[in-house]
Amino acid sequence: MLLVTAYPILYALWLSLYRYDLRFPEQSRFVGLANYVSVLTSEVWWQALVNTLVITLGSVSMELVVGFAMALLMFKASFGRRTIRTVVLIPYGMITVVSALAWKFAFDPVTGFVNALLNLDRAWLTECWSAFFVIIFSEIWKTTPFMGLLLLAGLTLIPQDLIKAARVDGASAWQRFRKITLPLMTPTILVALLFRTLDAFRIFDTVYVQTRGAAATETVSIVGYNALIARLNLGLGSAVSVLIFVCVLIIALLLIKGVGTPLTRPRRE
Amino acid sequence: MTRPKASWLSSLTLSLLISACAGPEESPVPVLNWYVFDERSGAFRDAARNCSEQSNGRYRLVFTPLPSDADQQREQLVRRLAAEDRAIDIVGMDVIWTAEFAQAGWILPWPDTRASKATTGMLPAAVASATYRNKLWAVPFTSNAQLLWYRKDRIDSAPETWEEMIDQAERFGVRGALQVQGQRYEGLTVFFVSLLSSAGGAVLDRSAAAVSLDETPTRKTLALLKRIADSPAADANLAVSREDQGRLAFETGRPVFMVNYSYVWPSAKQNAPEVADQMAWARWPAVVKGRPSRVTIGGINLAIGAYTRYRETAFEAVECLVSASNQMAAAQKGGLPPTLQALYSTPEVRERFPMADTLLATLKSAVQRPRTPVYNDISLAISHTLHPLTDIAPDTDTGRLRSAVNRALHSEGLF
Repeated sequence: MLLVTAYPILYALWLSLYRYDLRFPEQSRFVGLANYVSVLTSEVWWQALVNTLVITLGSVSMELVVGFAMALLMFKASFGRRTIRTVVLIPYGMITVVSALAWKFAFDPVTGFVNALLNLDRAWLTECWSAFFVIIFSEIWKTTPFMGLLLLAGLTLIPQDLIKAARVDGASAWQRFRKITLPLMTPTILVALLFRTLDAFRIFDTVYVQTRGAAATETVSIVGYNALIARLNLGLGSAVSVLIFVCVLIIALLLIKGVGTPLTRPRRE
Repeated sequence: MTRPKASWLSSLTLSLLISACAGPEESPVPVLNWYVFDERSGAFRDAARNCSEQSNGRYRLVFTPLPSDADQQREQLVRRLAAEDRAIDIVGMDVIWTAEFAQAGWILPWPDTRASKATTGMLPAAVASATYRNKLWAVPFTSNAQLLWYRKDRIDSAPETWEEMIDQAERFGVRGALQVQGQRYEGLTVFFVSLLSSAGGAVLDRSAAAVSLDETPTRKTLALLKRIADSPAADANLAVSREDQGRLAFETGRPVFMVNYSYVWPSAKQNAPEVADQMAWARWPAVVKGRPSRVTIGGINLAIGAYTRYRETAFEAVECLVSASNQMAAAQKGGLPPTLQALYSTPEVRERFPMADTLLATLKSAVQRPRTPVYNDISLAISHTLHPLTDIAPDTDTGRLRSAVNRALHSEGLF
């Protein structure tokens, strides 16, 4: 664990304090926090951070809603349950690059079917908002099944007696869902949100394949990739990576705190 | 039950691993890998085969295609060269990579005697693109530069200046009458550099160590870009148009003017013969009246990877690849303009390039993109500052551009 996790992380931290460009190895020197200042004062980083948050919020919130519907469907289905579960999971089994390419072609004005279907003449991936839409849509399409599966696991844990008792007391379906299912599901929902948010924040492949960061859709991972791989500026790139790591840490802490409260509350009441 | 299964699985994994890791068989003849963009006509593949045959068994040249996108080609090569990959023997480099690869020590300089022999009769601008710090780092193989394409049925003679051309284009009242490159990518930098040097300016000074971007030519260039973008003759999709969008638009028959490479000519002949019949070419219009335009040079130079096992053989193989017969084949089959000047007067090349004289004149006065190891950063700085063209403010953007290029020159900041 130390070798494969701690060492790379510490090495990235170390590199981020140096001016280190693979093209000019002889000019390497210690620069302290200069790389961080450079990143944090550049509008590119903040723009990318906003873009990443837009994509994360957009995709995760939709995934939660649609995923819940999927979970209920998988849970309630009285026949063909296995088939439904298998079919629902297909998009998640696909490699991200493949699904990103498939949707890129689908939204292409020349080869795609979306324009023909909607009777539009639009170059989706060339404008900022429509490009965001395509990226978020591809993400939702691909990862909702994962959300659905996690939520299904939570649904099966709800004691059916409670639901039955509520029905006897005359609670409507909506009331049963709001007063029993949702509160009991909160920990599961938060865990699912945690997984998906951390994943969505590091989004790289879909954006790389569909726009390569053009049309102002650059995410923080793309910014890091450009600095590290395209410009070989290891110092600056490592600073970006460390900042992404810090962001992920903050998100995780916020959500874990959220998970903690509902787990303890029922005992107190 | 589980034990036999586990051992069966592990032996399967092991055998897969062994078969996956088995290297290619050792051959007695040195195998030289030639990494270059994926040339679709097969001209490069033919050249590799010809040279292998001519070597009489001294080496075998293998054509290894890189991705079609120039950025991805560079990323792949750079990553492997930075890791001292010994399997990269010959590199087909875009003209803009020379300084970066040379500075990083990823390619070998050519010894003086070899260098002068290998570049005899080649276009000086092409040789300059392969030169860095007074040393030759590669031998030019193919070249390219933009021309002005126009409709001779609608225009009597090619316009002399850009202003004149925009006026003429606007008279047609057609959106997209003038096709240029406006997307945020390398092509926008190329467009800017061509306009700027036609106006008498330069991005970097002579030493390539400091920003030039003199006030008068830079402001003039920015004002011209702004006028093009705001003109009713500009394409509605200017912000995302590249060379290929321009070519496709021109083939619809609506546009009147286009700046683009010579590949548009065979393409139009094939896709839109009625448009090709009315297509004429000329040198790029001037930015300042009376001062001939200077257009950016492109093309491929061949260099030797610094970590190759077969230095001498690789030099020999490159000398064979850039020979007249292979350049001729690349021109005829692949439509890639040669770097040997003499070839422009041969009937074979003139048949494929009816615009050979105009192209040669353009190439003779062609301009280089900034020759610095951080060219990639500078190009990003330029295209990011200028895009979208409609938002240019000539008065303030001269300063913005200068500071962006200056930051890039010192590897600061993100792009």
